[in-house]
Amino acid sequence: MATRKLLFVVRALPYKTEASRLGLTHAISSQSVEIYLKDGDLVEASIAFIGDGVMNCLKNQQAMKHYGLTSIEGHMKNTLLLDMKVMVCKEDLDKFGIKEDALLMDAEDIGGETNTQIVPYSEIQKEMESVDHLLFC
Amino acid sequence: MGKLTIGCFSSLVGSLSLDFSVKLAEAAVKKGHTVDYWMSGNATMMSKKGQRAFKDYSALAKTVQELIATGKFQITACEACAEARGYHKEDTIEGARRFSMDWYLASAFDADRVLHIGGD
Repeated sequence: MATRKLLFVVRALPYKTEASRLGLTHAISSQSVEIYLKDGDLVEASIAFIGDGVMNCLKNQQAMKHYGLTSIEGHMKNTLLLDMKVMVCKEDLDKFGIKEDALLMDAEDIGGETNTQIVPYSEIQKEMESVDHLLFC
Repeated sequence: MGKLTIGCFSSLVGSLSLDFSVKLAEAAVKKGHTVDYWMSGNATMMSKKGQRAFKDYSALAKTVQELIATGKFQITACEACAEARGYHKEDTIEGARRFSMDWYLASAFDADRVLHIGGD
C-alpha cells in the first residue's frame, strides 16, 4: 500500500491556452486512478496557482456565455468538492491587485466542504518539496 | 534501470516541446530505461497516423514507431482530447494507445521520474 503525491502547479492564464484546464482535469482524474493500481495504492493530487495562473481562480467566469464552454471555475469547484488541496499564491494576487472576495473560495453551492487557501509562495514551495512529483501547467 | 513518465500538452507542429521530449525519451530508452509517454491536448496529434514529413515541420511519427518497436516505450493519447480533435481510434498509429487521463496519473505512481511539459 502506497500513496504518491502529485502537485499540479498552474501558471497559465485561463482560456488563452488549454493548459490550466488540462491541469485541473488531470488533477481531478486522480479520483479514478485506482482502476489502474493495486488495492490500497493511491495517487493524491493537489493544485497550486501561481503567477498568471491565479487568474484561473476568479469567480463569476462567463465561459459558457462567451465561448459555449464549461468554465475553469466549474472545474475548480469540482476540485474543492473532491476535497483536493487548492492553493493560490498571495504575492501574485497582490501583484494583480486581486482581493479574496473576487476569488472562488468554496464550492458550498454544490456541497463542497473544502476551501481555497490563499497562501504565501513559501508555503507552496514547502508543498513542492513534500510531493513525489511536480507537474507544471 | 528506471522508469520515466513524460507528459506533454504541446502541439506536434507549432512548438518544439514534443521534439525535445521525444529526443529525451529516445535517449532514456537507449540507456535501457523504460518510458511511458502521455499526450494530452494538442499533443495527441503525435500519435495520429498519416503524418506527412516536411522539412519545415516537426515530423516525429517515424521516431515514435521506432521507439515503440524497442518494447521499452509506451505511448498513450488522451482519448477525450483526441476525439475532440476529430482523431478517432482507427486513426491511431500502430502500437500507440488511447486512455483517459487517470492512466497518466497511474503511470506517474510507479515512475522514478516524471517530466511534465504543460504549456503550448
